Amino acid sequence: MALKMVKGSIDRMFDKNLQDLVRGIRNHKEDEAKYISQCIDEIKQELKQDNIAVKANAVCKLTYLQMLGYDISWAAFNIIEVMSASKFTFKRIGYLAASQCFHEGTDVIMLTTNQIRKDLSSPSQYDTGVALTGLSCFVTPDLARDLANDIMTLMSHTKPYIRKKAVLIMYKVFLRCPEALRPAFPRLKEKLEDPDPGVQSAAVNVICELARRNPKNYLSLAPLFFKLMTSSTNNWVLIKIIKLFGALTPLEPRLGKKLIEPLTNLIHSTSAMSLLYECVNTVIAVLISLSSGMPNHSASIQLCVQKLRILIEDSDQNLKYLGLLAMSKILRTHPKSVQAHKDLVLQCLDDKDESIRLRALDLLYGMVSKKNLVEIVRKLMSHVDKAEGTAYRDELLTKIIDICSQCNYQHVTNFQWYVSVLVELTQLEGTRHGHLLAAQMLDVAIRVKAIRKFAVAQMSALLDSAHLGAGGPQRNGICEVLYAAAWICGEFSEHLQEPQQTLEAMLRPKVTTLPGHIQAVYVQNVVKLYACILQQKEQAAEPEAAQDVTQLMVERLPQFVQSADLEVQERASCVLQLAKHIQKLQAKGVPVAEEVSALFAGELNPVAPKAQKKVPVPEGLDLDAWINEPPSDSESEDEKPKAIFHDEEPRHAKPRPPEAEEEELARRREARKQEQANNPFYIKSSPSPQKRYQDMPGVEHIPVVQIDLSVPLKVPGMPVSDQYVKLEEERKHRQRLEKDRRRKKKKDKDQKGRPRRHSMLHTESDEDVAPAQRVDIVTEEMPENALPSDEDDKDPNDPYRALDVDLDKPLADSEKLPVQKHRNAETTKSPEKEDVPVVEKKMKKPRKKEKKHREKERGKKEKGKEEKEGEDLDFWLSTAPLPAEAPAPEEPGVDAVIAAAKEEGEEPRGAGQGDEDGAEDAERNPEQKSSKHKKKKHKKEKEERTKDKKKPKKQQPPAHVQLLPPRRELLH
Amino acid sequence: MIRFILIQNRAGKTRLAKWYMQFDDDEKQKLIEEVHAVVTVRDAKHTNFVEFRNFKIIYRRYAGLYFCICVDVSDNNLAYLEAIHNFVEVLNEYFHNVCELDLVFNFYKVYTVVDEMFLAGEIRETSQTKVLKQLLMLQSLE
Repeated sequence: MALKMVKGSIDRMFDKNLQDLVRGIRNHKEDEAKYISQCIDEIKQELKQDNIAVKANAVCKLTYLQMLGYDISWAAFNIIEVMSASKFTFKRIGYLAASQCFHEGTDVIMLTTNQIRKDLSSPSQYDTGVALTGLSCFVTPDLARDLANDIMTLMSHTKPYIRKKAVLIMYKVFLRCPEALRPAFPRLKEKLEDPDPGVQSAAVNVICELARRNPKNYLSLAPLFFKLMTSSTNNWVLIKIIKLFGALTPLEPRLGKKLIEPLTNLIHSTSAMSLLYECVNTVIAVLISLSSGMPNHSASIQLCVQKLRILIEDSDQNLKYLGLLAMSKILRTHPKSVQAHKDLVLQCLDDKDESIRLRALDLLYGMVSKKNLVEIVRKLMSHVDKAEGTAYRDELLTKIIDICSQCNYQHVTNFQWYVSVLVELTQLEGTRHGHLLAAQMLDVAIRVKAIRKFAVAQMSALLDSAHLGAGGPQRNGICEVLYAAAWICGEFSEHLQEPQQTLEAMLRPKVTTLPGHIQAVYVQNVVKLYACILQQKEQAAEPEAAQDVTQLMVERLPQFVQSADLEVQERASCVLQLAKHIQKLQAKGVPVAEEVSALFAGELNPVAPKAQKKVPVPEGLDLDAWINEPPSDSESEDEKPKAIFHDEEPRHAKPRPPEAEEEELARRREARKQEQANNPFYIKSSPSPQKRYQDMPGVEHIPVVQIDLSVPLKVPGMPVSDQYVKLEEERKHRQRLEKDRRRKKKKDKDQKGRPRRHSMLHTESDEDVAPAQRVDIVTEEMPENALPSDEDDKDPNDPYRALDVDLDKPLADSEKLPVQKHRNAETTKSPEKEDVPVVEKKMKKPRKKEKKHREKERGKKEKGKEEKEGEDLDFWLSTAPLPAEAPAPEEPGVDAVIAAAKEEGEEPRGAGQGDEDGAEDAERNPEQKSSKHKKKKHKKEKEERTKDKKKPKKQQPPAHVQLLPPRRELLH
Repeated sequence: MIRFILIQNRAGKTRLAKWYMQFDDDEKQKLIEEVHAVVTVRDAKHTNFVEFRNFKIIYRRYAGLYFCICVDVSDNNLAYLEAIHNFVEVLNEYFHNVCELDLVFNFYKVYTVVDEMFLAGEIRETSQTKVLKQLLMLQSLE
């Protein structure tokens, strides 16, 4: 034995330790991969040895390699071995490795359950601590279920260090095992009033995180949190609580009313920007939740906007960014108060940081009105010209389109102007949003009847200019607009001035260089044009001219018949035969125009984007059922065979009982949801405004084509949207004059004033601007008996839905957490679960009783709250002064709070955690650098506070770079 | 809550990667590369926040090292910015004038520091004194 040990230590001498490995990697820059595979071989040898120190060293090295991106999952079992070492140093290494590389797919993870349980109940708080930390990283549903009870016990550990960790880990446990939430919640709630402020703050963190997902279940805690908010002096905790209130207020406006006073006080008093920002955010949420028109709250809005303006004007980019972000929230409900700061927002468009510019753009979206739309868009257009980098320019382009098209073109008064803007945008160099422009052109031309004549003229000019698409064969994204142009000219050909000319333009040989789908549209619309021209010529009794057109068609169409694109070829062949047939008829002198036009009779109406979804499912149609037998080997997630079919499948060896199948399906569905939720690569389907365009008829299949355009497009003779600015001004001026005149007249006529438009409220508001053209936006069609519901906005993939449970309901027996050694018992779901009466409070389960008892000892208020949470909340919300259990004054001024805090022997707000070394640390709370001007304001208060401090505040180094002075030479 | 914490140098070498969400190894590497790509192109004139997929990254640069925290969109940017600074000050104190090499050669200690200050995606301890006391205790156990 002794010999073995000696041998082990001698072996160790030759082993590489971590330092050697790191140095080795640095010295083998050229053949790093080779060196590391060599190291891994050595590590494999080391892992085979019995000496735990050697193993731990090997695992430590592996963890380092894992961080560099090497796969170490093969060593999972060795990691568990090291985890179970008795020595803390090794155990820690094991747990670190496990937390870095274990995940739900790791199969050996189930072997750890007992080891972890042992460590959790270890007498050494450090063993327990390291196990908890590790568990927080790799907890699986199984581990969560098996260990929930152990962790719950630790929530009442004697050491606050452990209590705190246990509380925080509970959140992870709830996520993996939602059944644990109800049994564990009472204790979690207790921890809100834990004597240790750290544990308190941990409980606040967990409950905030839970409540943000399902706020309504936590509304009953509002009084408790309110008390914490008015008594806490820790800014970190305050931020969390205030954020929580932000989530609660939309559910309970009365809560908002209660909050507004303390929050505004905080806004005035705090010097911590992070806290200030959180307060402003929550005040905004409160104001949104309160119905508008409360006169006394306009002051709060003003305060918020004012503070945000200060942030936006600050030289600190971070504050500028956040200010804009918060401003956009106010904008939604109180656009007027934000619009006053338009100048500031426009300034931010020139900022160096793109994210600030983008935020400013977002704000502009909500700031436009009928009055300023033209001006703002002009400003944006000038930025389009200046913008370097296509990404930002494309963003500008989409924003211009979004701004103009929002709410059914609500703010566009002059569609001639808008069409010219769109046409102007087609001159953009190398944008990839050609299809967006195309969709807009189609949308406007179809839905605004009055604009068709103008639009057709513009589009024919576009077709004629032939600059688009000339840049490079097939690679020009902007050529997508030709798709729209061709369609508009064809569909509304009756508005064309020179149809013949447009027809010739569309039949040019150059057209064949365009992408196939655009050519196809060309061919189709050539026929429409042709039909229109025939009609005109026949009506004018010019049979020769009509024959000439047919001749042109017959001559030019063969170039499309030769196309490599099937769609183009097929259409062209048909059309060519048609033209030849017409030619024969024309030779006989038969009038054909009527019949050809009949091909395109009838009007196309726009269809609402959601129309398809709204078609009610006919009775007896099961959309989930397979129409055909599913492919036998399809095991892919989204096309799982339904239970009905499984016995028809030859491959399925044993048809499982249908319930099992259902369960399996549900389980997998759940798993998928979970995975999607946890997967940052999974982009949740939030309906972006752009998506709407893709839903428009006929546009969705336009592929996004790569752009490579070297020559800037300049279309000669194109209208410039700027000219409309002037026109618009003049028009507005005229309107205003006229209105003044009318108003005068009206005043003379009747003193009361007619209750119609002009006499009412606004003298200078947006609504005054009358549209230039009659805009009859054709409403989009919905299917008959469409369902009015709007349920499709809900996200069915929310992983937090499982945590949406009623927390005030008494616990049922079946819900108890499995206690150690009862693993088998808990799997049988008791059928009585459903029978447990919800209301019967007398039927307390033993555990519950026990808890009750404990609570009774803790104080009556706790019990009372639990018993009639609902009434309590109502009472709390309705009464002006707080009930006895929350002795804080309802609207405590800052001074009051500070005074109160002092009485309790705590540090005043902003100055500490309440523990002995908190003073210095909580000074870190305010962002010192960001609030210099603030500081002056609060200097006095500060001075008072600093008196209490034990240590003088550490001087902050001005530039944070100094914190890492290059003591040795930095790597790389 | 925090989704992950990363420390990278300018060349993109990972000095610390702490995950509070489960990812498989390929995803982790992809995330690391992506974060490096979005963060290193930004200069001092830029904000310390980057929108990142469904989340946002709060980062701070110290000498050649980028300290990045990925959090939920609804979280308070400034608080996490401060948390980073707090963390770096603790490192500075613990390693006595910390530099990149300290982090490399004592990488497991850095993880311990992280675990003392953050847990399960939440800020666990903000008091520097407490953290340092705890760290010294742990060190004495070795």
